[in-house]
Amino acid sequence: MSAPTTAIRSVSPARWSAPRQSETPGDTGAQPDETTADDEYQRDQSPQAIVVERLTKVFDARPVLRGVSFSLGQGRTLALLGPNGAGKSTLLRILATLSRPTGGRVIVMGHDLAREANAARWAIGYLGHQTGLYGELTARENLLFFARMYGLRDGAKRADALLARVGLRARANDHVGKFSRGQAQRLALARGMLHDPAVLLLDEPDTGLDEDALALLSELLDERTRQGQTTLFTTHQLARGLAQSHQTLVLLRGRVAYDGPSAALDLAAVCDLYGGEA
Amino acid sequence: MKTVTRAPSGALERDTARARPAEQTRPGWRTGLAGAMKRYGPYAEAALGAVTAIGMLLTIWAALVYAPTDLIEGPVQRIFYIHVPMAWLAYLAFFLVAAASVMYLITRDDRWDWFARANAEIGAVFTTFVLITGSLWGKSFWGAWWVWDARLTTTLILWFIYVVYLVVRSFWGRTAQGARNAAVYGILAFFVVPINYEAVTWWRTLHPSEVLPLGGTPQLPPAMVIALLLSLGAFTLLFAFLLLQVYRLERAQATVERLRAQLEEE
Amino acid sequence: MRLAWGQLWAIVGKDLRLELRTRQVWMSMGVFALLALLIFSFAFDLRVENKAAVGPGALWVAFIFASMLGLGRNIAAEQERGPMDRLLLCPVDRTVIYLAKVIGNVIFIGVVEAVALPVFAALYDLPIITGLIVLITLLGTIGIAAVGVIFSALAANTRAREFLLPLLVFPIIIPVVLGSVRATEALVNPIHGDPPWLGLIIAFDIICLSVSAILFQFVVEE
Repeated sequence: MSAPTTAIRSVSPARWSAPRQSETPGDTGAQPDETTADDEYQRDQSPQAIVVERLTKVFDARPVLRGVSFSLGQGRTLALLGPNGAGKSTLLRILATLSRPTGGRVIVMGHDLAREANAARWAIGYLGHQTGLYGELTARENLLFFARMYGLRDGAKRADALLARVGLRARANDHVGKFSRGQAQRLALARGMLHDPAVLLLDEPDTGLDEDALALLSELLDERTRQGQTTLFTTHQLARGLAQSHQTLVLLRGRVAYDGPSAALDLAAVCDLYGGEA
Repeated sequence: MKTVTRAPSGALERDTARARPAEQTRPGWRTGLAGAMKRYGPYAEAALGAVTAIGMLLTIWAALVYAPTDLIEGPVQRIFYIHVPMAWLAYLAFFLVAAASVMYLITRDDRWDWFARANAEIGAVFTTFVLITGSLWGKSFWGAWWVWDARLTTTLILWFIYVVYLVVRSFWGRTAQGARNAAVYGILAFFVVPINYEAVTWWRTLHPSEVLPLGGTPQLPPAMVIALLLSLGAFTLLFAFLLLQVYRLERAQATVERLRAQLEEE
Repeated sequence: MRLAWGQLWAIVGKDLRLELRTRQVWMSMGVFALLALLIFSFAFDLRVENKAAVGPGALWVAFIFASMLGLGRNIAAEQERGPMDRLLLCPVDRTVIYLAKVIGNVIFIGVVEAVALPVFAALYDLPIITGLIVLITLLGTIGIAAVGVIFSALAANTRAREFLLPLLVFPIIIPVVLGSVRATEALVNPIHGDPPWLGLIIAFDIICLSVSAILFQFVVEE
């Protein structure tokens, strides 16, 4: 628990203690103010939002996760990296209570998912590969439906505020089926944040987004950090992922290959890690 | 390559059947039993096979020679020494499918799924034989291959449930999702069968009544009862023997799939 | 508890709204039920002496086949963009999702039946439009939906779902078929000392609803 797990295969451990970059390379999004070189990586001093212990998942005799352990403090942002098939989406689905782990323990905001899944669902927002919206309903109706599912009293007010926040106020009464991929993704983000979840899980939120939407996404992530909320996202845009997060977790074939501060990791090292495996 | 810290996950990869980390399996009577099975299993199985074979031979003798010929029904009545035990065992298998399905949903242990599937396969075969022997008897006694009698109809519905169970399982393949779905089907079907029986009884009834009224005086001559009990015992042994074989076949197929998955991985 | 109640009607309301907007399922179910009644009247060449015996059977076969269309469609629509995840993510008891889907489907099928019943009574010239037929139809439909919802969810997460649904449902709903047909027959031709078919359907509904409500979570969750 005390030391970051760094089970590195076929790469010498020394690689990862390479001198920190004073500037994060390939900076595209807005950089969270905390992510500086001297930001201390202190996992044990803040309360934990997510604790994962020896998590395994076997899909029909195919091991996808082979003993993943990590933890994420509240108010931190974690970038989950790894090549296709590394188990990123599976890990996110398990964290989102959509998939039941084969073994191990997952605790989100103090709730053990094996026992208190429904309690944990209040604290979890999730956006998967599918937008999870109803095409025949309008953007506003979609949000109102999910507001009722969470029993939100000020559902209408929150829905309108979020629609404005993601820049869809003008299209609030249009059917979602007619939305472009980028617009649907914005609305899906709004849906994921509707109940103001303490932990937000985003599976490749940046696919299909234009520059404006990407800027919005990183603004939203910064906002969450300022409010002390936790975010975990996966991405294939390595540079952006490193720039946007405090902590990075690299999965390779269902195992943790790197778990540590994003600032200590440089792009070339990550690429090397990918290359060593894939 | 293999280190101490990696041992739990490595063990898990090898034993996906248990679908849980190795450290959670507590040592105890289970592992003791597994060890005993491994050591004495083949002998016990051979003994079971031998006893079953002897029992079946005895049943043939009892049914064809020992038991007296029925005065009203004639020699065709002797078919009931096959028909009745198989019907009972078909219903037992149906119950075991449901019970194993409940256990599977609770534990997610693949072995319960194999057990449920093995029971369904044998149950389907037994039900088929029940229907065939029943209609042979019916042709002689009622003069028709099939009548829409309550117990016949219930058995036919049971046969359909088994067949659907096996058909959809082959559609779903050997996946966890398929196993869960099949378990749900098996449990729900089990709860519906009594209502089914009640409905069809109200609809119509022709079947001969209970042959062994429990607690009352048997209507059958003692020799017939003995022959029936003997055949019931022999068929139960046969059922157990077949169950063991099919269960092992299920396990072997699951192992093959697991190995294939691992091969593709590498 | 109040939250669960709100969630239940939120899902029912959402499904009705979706359906009102497209109307595809209702239209196809309704047309199918009427077509089936028409085909049956050709197939059995209804004459005065046999229509009372054949009519109720034809009616219920039409209802059941139309229900299969609607049931398959409803769950498939829920899984269209992501397998039911969007509902499962919400802090909602899985039993609530199941019950909401049953209520929604009873309403869908009920609307179709409300259209088909008068047409049936007119086509076959049978005096069945009484208060009791509403009760029989409602109870029978609940039974069909109770089994149909869990099995269409079960078929939907696998391939060949349209094909599998009737295969799974038909052997199970035989008591409902028997009960509803006999009870409807009794309306046309009252028989003295008829067994309590309605009671049987009620027993079936209660058992299937409660067992499926418990089992539903195992179908939808990974």
